[in-house]
Amino acid sequence: MKWSDFFTSSVGKKFVMGLTGLFLISFLIIHVGVNACMFADLSIFNPADDGTMFNIAAHFMGSMVVIRLLEYVLFLGIILHIVQGYVLEAKNRGSRSVGYDVKMGNRGSKWYSRSMGLLGTLILLFLVIHLAHFWVKARFTESLEPVSYRGVEMHNMFKEMLIVFKEPLVVVIYVLGCISLAYHLAHGFQSAFRSIGVHNKKYNLMLTSLGYGFTIIVTLLFILMPIAVYFDWVGYHN
Amino acid sequence: MEHYTMSLTLKVWKQQNSQDKGRFETYQVKDISSEMSFLEMFDVLNEQLIREGKDPIAFDHDCREGICGTCSMYIDGRPHGPWHANTTCQLHMRAYKDGDTIVVEPWRANAFPVIKDLVVDRSAFDRIIQAGGYISVNTGNAVDANALPVDKDKADASFAAAACIGCGACVAACKNSSALLFVGAKVSHLALLPQGDPERKNRVLNMVAQMDREGFGACTATGACEAVCPKEISLSNISRLNKEYLAAGLEK
Repeated sequence: MKWSDFFTSSVGKKFVMGLTGLFLISFLIIHVGVNACMFADLSIFNPADDGTMFNIAAHFMGSMVVIRLLEYVLFLGIILHIVQGYVLEAKNRGSRSVGYDVKMGNRGSKWYSRSMGLLGTLILLFLVIHLAHFWVKARFTESLEPVSYRGVEMHNMFKEMLIVFKEPLVVVIYVLGCISLAYHLAHGFQSAFRSIGVHNKKYNLMLTSLGYGFTIIVTLLFILMPIAVYFDWVGYHN
Repeated sequence: MEHYTMSLTLKVWKQQNSQDKGRFETYQVKDISSEMSFLEMFDVLNEQLIREGKDPIAFDHDCREGICGTCSMYIDGRPHGPWHANTTCQLHMRAYKDGDTIVVEPWRANAFPVIKDLVVDRSAFDRIIQAGGYISVNTGNAVDANALPVDKDKADASFAAAACIGCGACVAACKNSSALLFVGAKVSHLALLPQGDPERKNRVLNMVAQMDREGFGACTATGACEAVCPKEISLSNISRLNKEYLAAGLEK
């Protein structure tokens, strides 16, 4: 079998979707971990932090060579996941020209498992907004204020976040974006393992529980970020 | 359960042939016994239509015992009707009450073109089987049945997969018209047994290639297929197929 045949078959395409999906899931762990450093400023931890931990973590991500190189891999993974997703969605929609009069609906499947294309599109729209808010500014413009810790100058991403998340509309968009991500993950996490051929009965329950657990924890942490800023749970206290 | 009779309104898909656009026709049936099967109710309706000089409704049926996989009605938005793990022929009219309206449609998938009314062409499944759903057996004396040791768990899993009757309800239920539960069952059935080992890798590659050629969609693991399967074929067969395909695709 030629490689091209493998990757253009319906099963091969799903294998790529599953693999890139799991790669993006691994990125989410890093992303949520770095961003959660902002919570160091919460009054129950260290109100005098003023975003120090967050800024240093963001600086590390932006300045480390290996991570910058992985950034290219990440974009490649995202693009592959999106393009392949739309290719599959188009093929799948095209496989039934005449639909049913009475739909099966939720009898037998969850709405979000049938709406991965829509949820993915919402995440994509959110991603464009999100990248414009932070990543583009950090990498390509000089609009971010500098801040210095122990003589090392870096972007004050924390301050930028405080500005961005003061807009109620932005907070709402972020919450909705995260909810789309939650439902995408609720199906995608376990489905990705199925697509790459994991089927051991012994691990099924574990993977399902892990999937839901991961989805809830990651999404809640992401949602809490704009909310924490908006309600002044984090911010400059001096 | 006590016997009762009922009058029903049936909204049934009528389509002269594959070129015809098709439409719904509404029929009234009276004195339907709760003891009848769904197909017997259709027999009553068809006799009525023949008496009236009208065209009877074409529908597939054969064994009427739930084992051949020929019957194929999409009833009120669900393949094989409202009962779990059941075929249309084994659906009985006690599932309905007097005055009910029932909508009956054919399997909808481009790979299953409508031949007439509720009859669809499922020969795509036959071609998938021909592509690899077989084993090679040497002629000569029959080998002793116990000569090949088979792991009990694998034998059970293989048997459960072999229960697939190829009715196509999985395709009908799937939003993508994917045939992967069917192909997964057929691949699993043989991949788990030593008898299926010689053709194991080519089988999965060829069957998936044929499945794609037939125009079925890709699996997105919604689970609708498993929910409507009259033989309760497990979604884990799809995962096994993916694993088999990956192993074969990487090696061959």
